[in-house]
Amino acid sequence: MRLLEYQGKQLFSEYGIPVPVSQLALDEQEALEASKKIGFPLMLKSQLTVGGRGKAGAIVKCSNESEFITKFNELLHKDVKGELPKGILVEGMINIAKELYVSLFLNRGKRCFTLISSNEGGVNIESVDSKIIIDLPHTGLSKELVQDLATRLGLEAKPATLFVDFILKLSHLVKDKEAELAEINPLAILSDGSCMALDSKVIIDDNSIFRHPELKKFQQVSELQARAEESGFSFVELDGNIAIIGNGAGLVMSTLDLVNDNAGKPGAFLDFGGRATTETIYQALEVISKIPRIKAILVNLFGGIVRTDLVAQAILNAYSDGIIGVPIYARISGAESVKAKEMLAGSRAKIYDSVEEAISSLMSHVSGSSS
Amino acid sequence: MTGKFDIFELLIGDPGERDYEKKPVIIQGITGNFGSAHARLMKAYGTNVVAGITPGKGGQDFEGIPVYNSVQEACKNVDAKISGIFVPAPFFLKAAKEALDNGIKLLVAIPEHVPVRDAIDVVEYAKSKNARIIGPNTPGVIVPEITKIGIMPHQPFKPGTTAVFSRSGTLMYEVSFHLSKAGIGQRIALGIGGDPINGTNLIEAFELIRHRDDVESVVIVGEIGGDAEEQLAEYIMKINFTKPVVGYIAGRSAPKEKTMGHAGAIIYGNYGSAESKISSFTNANVPVAKRPAEIPELLLRKMKK
Repeated sequence: MRLLEYQGKQLFSEYGIPVPVSQLALDEQEALEASKKIGFPLMLKSQLTVGGRGKAGAIVKCSNESEFITKFNELLHKDVKGELPKGILVEGMINIAKELYVSLFLNRGKRCFTLISSNEGGVNIESVDSKIIIDLPHTGLSKELVQDLATRLGLEAKPATLFVDFILKLSHLVKDKEAELAEINPLAILSDGSCMALDSKVIIDDNSIFRHPELKKFQQVSELQARAEESGFSFVELDGNIAIIGNGAGLVMSTLDLVNDNAGKPGAFLDFGGRATTETIYQALEVISKIPRIKAILVNLFGGIVRTDLVAQAILNAYSDGIIGVPIYARISGAESVKAKEMLAGSRAKIYDSVEEAISSLMSHVSGSSS
Repeated sequence: MTGKFDIFELLIGDPGERDYEKKPVIIQGITGNFGSAHARLMKAYGTNVVAGITPGKGGQDFEGIPVYNSVQEACKNVDAKISGIFVPAPFFLKAAKEALDNGIKLLVAIPEHVPVRDAIDVVEYAKSKNARIIGPNTPGVIVPEITKIGIMPHQPFKPGTTAVFSRSGTLMYEVSFHLSKAGIGQRIALGIGGDPINGTNLIEAFELIRHRDDVESVVIVGEIGGDAEEQLAEYIMKINFTKPVVGYIAGRSAPKEKTMGHAGAIIYGNYGSAESKISSFTNANVPVAKRPAEIPELLLRKMKK
């Protein structure tokens, strides 16, 4: 779960990590109140989960009230890479003496946490040469380790002390909240030597949320997503018109690639997992039926243990109940697949032996109906 | 780091041994829906399932398999070094440590949704006990026609000399199905797991078969997320791995910053992207199939060279 900037900063505050004064505004009224509290000049920051906000013009400075309202409304309705903001953070301006970069993240390859820091903050870290990389011992980050880091970053007495405190707090946060990433870019050193997190990028391990009820309020789940998750599906909505359903994340991804290679546009990724029953497949079709732009459904099911006649029954039920009105192209291999084919004969669902054949029929339908 | 861990010794043993090709396996969580269904299938396949564990259900019997309250209790009665864990994710940490504390050396961790912190804990703990984890979020491991510990259907797998290492479960079946159809059997197929943390990563999987004469080629089924494929490519070049290797990467068309079903399948910028993995493989002279069905052809071509 990727937290929005303001949510990450809420966590920072809880851990005593300094952040600028700020307030989230969802409408003009709230924005005006926030501006009065904070005072000009101030920053408006679009709350998005996609990266590259700065470059996309979704962070702007405001010097007075008249430009503030215009800019606020502009930002509120401006989408970045297809995402509309979940509010605008109104934030006080900070006088920065020096900018650092800090990131504490799960190092998958080394199976530990790694701290990357640099005294060139505020820019894209991938383009920075002077990075200091520390793999954390499993016992966690020690004070000595961070003191040494402060020295290597060239920090002087006061900022160094505050930096050590800052990083230790951040490391506690990552550990307690089971974050996979906490990145601060920039971490500002102010003229008085204090440290402040000007941005936040925090990702929480989704699989640990069950023991963090306090983080559930940060979850941004669409109605459809919630419905899919309730049924135990993995679901990602995409912008095309072909829904892709299958048993297994890798298989569905692979099918997505094949559709894409054949100039098809996937509109949904749905993995119903290892336990395919008549009921789960029916529920999967129900989820897909809520996306109006879907013109066809591609089912790729690799069986063996899965009984394909149960899948066929679910498809028949979905048609007879009027849940779906679009054709289904299915590659179903596995137990009882001959029976499944017989059951679906005469319905709007067609079964194929290979996914390649299913896609080619599907594509002629989709391109035929759109022209 | 990988030491001299011999998975074949554990899974099959030596011809002189009494339990050669019949190594005892215990199932943790045997009375749950999932555990019981697969314990039955494993047993039917020929896996020597000697005990099941479900706290509070000790003394029962699951289709001839005795059920115990704890691994400790089970291990007083049976001599198993292999466990398949089928407990729900929140109970995984405790179950895994219990197994490792009682002499289990190969732990096949089936559950999906294990928190990263628990997975790291367990992998570290296993290292300290000179044991090995496969998974979590793995379909398990199969040595065709000898034994399987996991949830994979047996139909796609045929005995042979290829090793299949896959980050995805269903794609492991799919790819093995295509290989078997083309007459390429498998000596072993092992699910790396779909999570960010893998008890046995791709490089460690390669180490398991590197010096074995009964494994002549390798198929890697990778996917977006992390940099395991990139690191594997470096390893292949560094040690000059000479057996033919073919790869496949799922998720070429996946959007960025979206978790694609597997907790580990997510792209951040270029990190974890399919392009990065494909170019690393190409660089290491590992051909990358565009479709699973293309793998046998690429492998046969590579084996002829």
